[in-house]
Amino acid sequence: MTLPATPTGAEVAAAETERPTGRHAAVPTQRTGRRGRAPLSENKKAERRLGWLLCAPAALVMVAVTAYPISYSVWLSLQRFDLRFPDQREFIGLENYVTVLTNQFWWTAFGVTMLITVVTVAIELVLGMGLALIMHRTLVGRGIVRTAALIPYGIVTVVAAFSWRYAWTPGTGYLANLMSDGAPLTERASSLAIIMLAEIWKTTPFMALLLMAGLALVPEDLLKAASTDGATSWQRFTKVMLPVMKPAILVALLFRTLDAFRVFDNIFVLTAGGNETSSVSMLAYNNLIRGLNLGIGSTMSVLIFITVAIIAFTFVKLFGTAAPGSSDEERR
Amino acid sequence: MATETTTRAKVRWGLLDVIVVVFALVPVLWIASLSFKTPATLTDGKFIPRQWTLDNYRTIFDTDQFVRALVNSIGIALIATLVAVVLGAMAAYAISRLDFPGKQLLVGVSLLIAMFPQVSLVSPLFEIERQLGLFDTWPGLILPYITFALPLAIYTLSAFFKQIPWDLEKAAKMDGATQAQAFRRVIAPLAAPGLFTTAILVFIFCWNDFLFAISLTSTERSRTVPVALSFFTGESQFEDPTGAICAAAVMITIPIILFVLFFQRRIVSGLTSGAVKG
Repeated sequence: MTLPATPTGAEVAAAETERPTGRHAAVPTQRTGRRGRAPLSENKKAERRLGWLLCAPAALVMVAVTAYPISYSVWLSLQRFDLRFPDQREFIGLENYVTVLTNQFWWTAFGVTMLITVVTVAIELVLGMGLALIMHRTLVGRGIVRTAALIPYGIVTVVAAFSWRYAWTPGTGYLANLMSDGAPLTERASSLAIIMLAEIWKTTPFMALLLMAGLALVPEDLLKAASTDGATSWQRFTKVMLPVMKPAILVALLFRTLDAFRVFDNIFVLTAGGNETSSVSMLAYNNLIRGLNLGIGSTMSVLIFITVAIIAFTFVKLFGTAAPGSSDEERR
Repeated sequence: MATETTTRAKVRWGLLDVIVVVFALVPVLWIASLSFKTPATLTDGKFIPRQWTLDNYRTIFDTDQFVRALVNSIGIALIATLVAVVLGAMAAYAISRLDFPGKQLLVGVSLLIAMFPQVSLVSPLFEIERQLGLFDTWPGLILPYITFALPLAIYTLSAFFKQIPWDLEKAAKMDGATQAQAFRRVIAPLAAPGLFTTAILVFIFCWNDFLFAISLTSTERSRTVPVALSFFTGESQFEDPTGAICAAAVMITIPIILFVLFFQRRIVSGLTSGAVKG
């Protein structure tokens, strides 16, 4: 019941394996085909087939649940399609895009999302680096620190968001009473600050873990050598650690940037998008579920997809080989 | 530098440790504290309750709303985890052990999906699932969860599988074990920790999701706890739902705390190995 796709996946893979290997490969030339140029041995053929068979279900599910809907989304975005008025459904070309891109709400949400992304990722990088260093190098209580750091990572975002919301609710909250008069979650600037605080609290540990993976790659002898040569700890950090960690830093930055761009849960709970604190995800959700406007909702979906693609592409272009996906070359 | 383990250095590190622990725990302790407060003291703004009560917990377990959501959350997350780990293990085995064309493509596709903006799928999946009758059902949530858990599973598992000394399998067969025995006695025990760690990570991911859960469900039939929590809010005008929300929030945090307490080492190694070594 869970996965109707599996058997067909296997069939597809089996059908595919027949094609490239073909009949001619049955010639028993045992020249162990490196990289598949020479005629394939029976073993190699079996290995290929097994490889495809094993990957097919995963690949099929991933493609079926992402590629098909996103193309369907493009199709929906070209239609006037409001579920409250299904009779008025018709093909209208790029009109939805014009509507969204000339809409002030969209650009406000876009600005908010960008602001949250840039600010949180920048702060997280600094804090995350500090946390990674603590988790990696601390002389006492390493287990305790790591355990504590995993709690924000693991906790349900909605739960954490409620905790922050009540903390800042006047009267109820320990922070609201400490800070000032007024209700911080009813004003735009303070709301945004709290949203960012909640995001940073939740995701800094993840950033730190990714960075710690990079820290583990820094050879201890190198640090010792630098130390004997009279390098200060700051020099050791910038001249020895950072260059070795560069790939890990880029991976962490890329993943966190794209993740931050999807910000939704915290905003939903903290402000519900009030006072112009909606992110693009909030806006798309509101148009779809509250407004039941599939056409506009899909248009926003496509625009968000394109933005994310651009961000990812820019990262890979800017930082070239160090980007993920070039999986093997960063191993040393 | 590592040689001079003086007390001064230890104290410095200890202080940093304390800052991290406090920073990490305060929001969790705060919501727990709220969940134990009586309605009269709920709005006193004190970090530690002056009067303790379990009434909030009684309230949520008396309502069908929370219990149903809890069942949904557990069932959906467990099934999605199981399927994702099985499919992920198959693919990861192929990636780490076999040579076949298209391997890099699969790795690339998983990477793309890991970066995919989930909100982009909400509108089309909403419509597709409505047409297929999957809207507001368990499979309707399980499918996207599997999809977005798979990259995580594949990455983590291939990193684990690359570390397994597969030659042992050959050695066991040389010593007269059958293929099945070699797998069961030698490889399976070596692979189990990796599978288990991946299962925890995937479970946490599914347990955490809010966006799909709120967009692709509409009734108690498949609403998960995070969504139910957000609906507690406007529910009753006569009773402040804060205490109940906090109690429910604590309930769904317990499994996470247990995982973290007992499997800290594994979770850390799982996240760090999958991240960089790809």
